[in-house]
This record gives sequence, structure tokens and C-alpha cells, in this order.
Amino acid sequence: MVHFVSVLKLHPLLPRKVMCREKRMIRKEGCTKMLRLNSKFGQARRSFLAPALRFFLIAIGALAAHPCLAQELSATSFAAERQIFRLPSEIPAPPENLPTPERVELGKMLFFDPRLSGSNWISCASCHNPSLGWSDGLPTGVGDGMRALGRKTPSLVNSGFNTINMWDGRAPTLEAQAWTPMLESAEMHGSEEAILVKLKAIPGYVSAFAKAYPGEGITKETIGKAIASFERTIISRDSPFDRWVAGEDSALSDSAKRGFALFTGKANCTACHQGSNFTDQGFHNLGLKGSADPGRFAIVPVRISRGAFKTPTLRDVTLTAPYMHNGAYRTLDEVIDHYDRGGDAKENLDPNMRPLGLTDQEKRDLVEFLKGLTGKQQPVVLPRLPQ
Amino acid sequence: MRMARIFWTTAILSGVLWASRAVGGEAYVIEQKDKQFVYKGKKITVLKLKVGDVVEFRNVDSFFHNVFSLSDVKMFDLGSYPQGQSKSVQFDKPGKVEIECAIHPQMHMTVEVK
Repeated sequence: MVHFVSVLKLHPLLPRKVMCREKRMIRKEGCTKMLRLNSKFGQARRSFLAPALRFFLIAIGALAAHPCLAQELSATSFAAERQIFRLPSEIPAPPENLPTPERVELGKMLFFDPRLSGSNWISCASCHNPSLGWSDGLPTGVGDGMRALGRKTPSLVNSGFNTINMWDGRAPTLEAQAWTPMLESAEMHGSEEAILVKLKAIPGYVSAFAKAYPGEGITKETIGKAIASFERTIISRDSPFDRWVAGEDSALSDSAKRGFALFTGKANCTACHQGSNFTDQGFHNLGLKGSADPGRFAIVPVRISRGAFKTPTLRDVTLTAPYMHNGAYRTLDEVIDHYDRGGDAKENLDPNMRPLGLTDQEKRDLVEFLKGLTGKQQPVVLPRLPQ
Repeated sequence: MRMARIFWTTAILSGVLWASRAVGGEAYVIEQKDKQFVYKGKKITVLKLKVGDVVEFRNVDSFFHNVFSLSDVKMFDLGSYPQGQSKSVQFDKPGKVEIECAIHPQMHMTVEVK
């Protein structure tokens, strides 16, 4: 019996139906064995049963371990589940702001331009640094006057797929989100009026806006639209996982494939990290120690929202450390340990959180799977800013 | 004897439930499925009801959902509950009620009570 259970553990790529069937068989066999042991002929039957059962289990184990079968299973199992994770080729954009090369280029200039801040010293890219996974590598961001902020700078990777933005979801669109840090006194400490005055006085921007948004001028709306258009180009795709989803079976290691099975199964990660961008666009309290931040509750004052934050994408997750809304963990191992404990602070803990009982090997498999989500890195060409 | 008692108890309880439902209005079942509010197999954005009608929100997804409304007409928070469970709300005043899931903000619908 022990042999058979270990075979199942070692082969999470077995289709779920097969595993369930075999588990039922284990239970059935176990009950049968106990009943027979209690019968007066128990001893004789056990002596017959033991070698037969052992032979049966070894045969099944050998079959499952056979390289050809294992390969077939890994190529065919999870076929439907994999497709859920296929990243769409088109990035959704609102009809009034469909992307054009002019809009994207203008947005990139604005994104890297520190004149959008009150100090003329902080740009969007100061915190959303492409060299650091479009975040800043710090536990929490740093804003105006070098003051530390309360939350980790979220990565902008694949934010074009967001249906809601920021840790607390206070920005419904990327266009609206672009202005939020610019106007926040703790962050870029800018003002709409000052920014418009500055940009309108720069001929290079006047002509760039005229090309990107003919007849619309330099306004709060067009600035937000242009930055959003650029952000929609920050896409992580063609990762080993994407290649595996597309059918390249060798794109992921066996450990990473086991990690995927855990991710969608025992570890329950897909309760929140759902779909092709690995987020349910939802809000969850993960029970982080010492976090007094109300999170989503400030926007939606319903009990379950207290201490809840938006589920981030896991695309390029190896590039965006530290992790969690407060940057509490430096490594993915620490993050997985947190989930394995079922969270630390239990008050208003998300009900999907529970102790997972992961083995050390399972934790390593999950990390290997997450490493497979790193997309093909594209060079970022910095724009020349108009003077 | 015991069977007869069970029969009559069941019959009386059924009668009470039928009577309360007749007084309380019609009952509707809204499923929470694929992070959408679904009525009779289709995504629903507006549900029209009469005062006294009851809506049962049933979670059929494999993860937790919540149902709440902060509308003046009917303010409630059903908390969060897993797959297979449901909770009900009676709409006792006329007006529009905006309903959402606090976990998944893309789930929202309007109940119009007349």
C-alpha cells in the first residue's frame, strides 16, 4: 500500500480521474483487507492477498513510472486546464483609446519624464523601473522627499489585462490609474494644473500630442490615455510555461510540471491566482503579520474587505521581489512557507486560506513552476525627452 | 407510530413553508458561477422583482464568494461562503439595489424592486 501511495505522490501528472479512481481502489482494498483480517480465515487469506496485492501495486507503479507512459501523460493530461492559462494575443483597450505607435511613444515619454512630479525629479519609472521587473526592488515604495510609502510598488507587468487597478482597487482603468500617483502628495506630489502648464510649454510635447490625439490637445484625459497606451505594451509572454501550454512538452522541467499540478490542486493557488494572467482581479486578506493597513476596506467598507488587497499577477514573479502588499517576504520560498502555514494573522483571514501540509519537495516544485512564468525579456529603449 | 409522526411533522412544516412563501412573495435563485451572477443559465445584470420577493444566492464556484449591497433601499452583507452553500435576502422595499461580491468586484448586478 505504501508503495502505491508513493507512486501517486510521485506522479501528480496522472489525470485527476485516474488518481481518484485509484484512491477509491486504495480505500476499497484497505477496507477489504481489514474485514478479511477480522475473519476466522483472515490469516490464510492475508498470506494469499499480500503477495498478490504487492504484485498488483508494483505492476501499476511500474506502468506509471514507465518513461513512455509518463511522457504521454504529461503531454495529454491537464490539456483543458492548460488552455485556461493561454494568454490572449490582444491586449484589451477601451474603444476611445485604441493603441497607435504615436500614442505608445508619447506615453513612453511621459512615463519616463520626471517633470510630471512636483519636484521635477520623480517619474513613473522611478518606482516602476523596467530593470527591476517594472517595480523598485524595495519592500515599500519611496515617494516625494524620499519618504517611504505604505505599500510595495506593484509591478506593471501585464497590467493591460487588469479590470481594476492598484492594491486597493481604487482606479477602475489604467487611464485613471496613471494620474493617481502623480496627484498623491506622498508620491509624485504633482498638480494637474502645474503639469498641464509645463507640458504645454514644451513644443516637442505639443506636436507629439497633436499626432497621437489629433484635435484633443494636452489635457488630463489625453495624458492619462497616452500613459495607459504605453503601459499596455508592458507584456510578459513567451515564458517556458506559455511554450508548455502551446504544446512544447520539454519547455517545463518535471519539477515545474509537478508544481503546476500542485498550483491547481493541493496548494489551492488558483483560488485566487486564476486564468491566463494568474489573478482573479479580486481582493483577499492573506493574514500577514503586523499589517494594520485596511486595504480594500477603505474603498468598500464590507467586513471581508478589511486587510484585503488585490491579487497580483504571477507573470515575471521572479523579477519582482520582494513580495506581498507590504514587501514582507524577500523570496518565493518565504511566500510559499506563508501559504503553507495558512497565513499568520487569523483576524478576517480570507476563507480560502488554510494550512496546506506541503512537503519540502512540493515547495521546491511550486517554486520551479513559478520560475517558469518568466517571460521572454524584451529590451527597453529609453525615449529622448523633448526640452 | 414513529413513521406516522415523521409524516405529519413533515406535512405540517411543508404547509407552514408554503404559506410563508405565499405571503413573502416569489423566490429566485441566482448562481455565482465563473465569477458572474447567473440566472437560469445566463449572466444577469438586472433582475426585476416585486416587494417581498426572496433571492437565494448560490455559490457554485470552487472558491468563496461574498454578496453585499450598500444601497439605501437594502443594505446587507451575506459574508463569504464556499461552493454548494447559499444565502437568501428578502427585498422588502421598492427601489434599485446594487449588488456585488466584495471579493470579486467584476461581479455586480442590479435588483429593481417594484
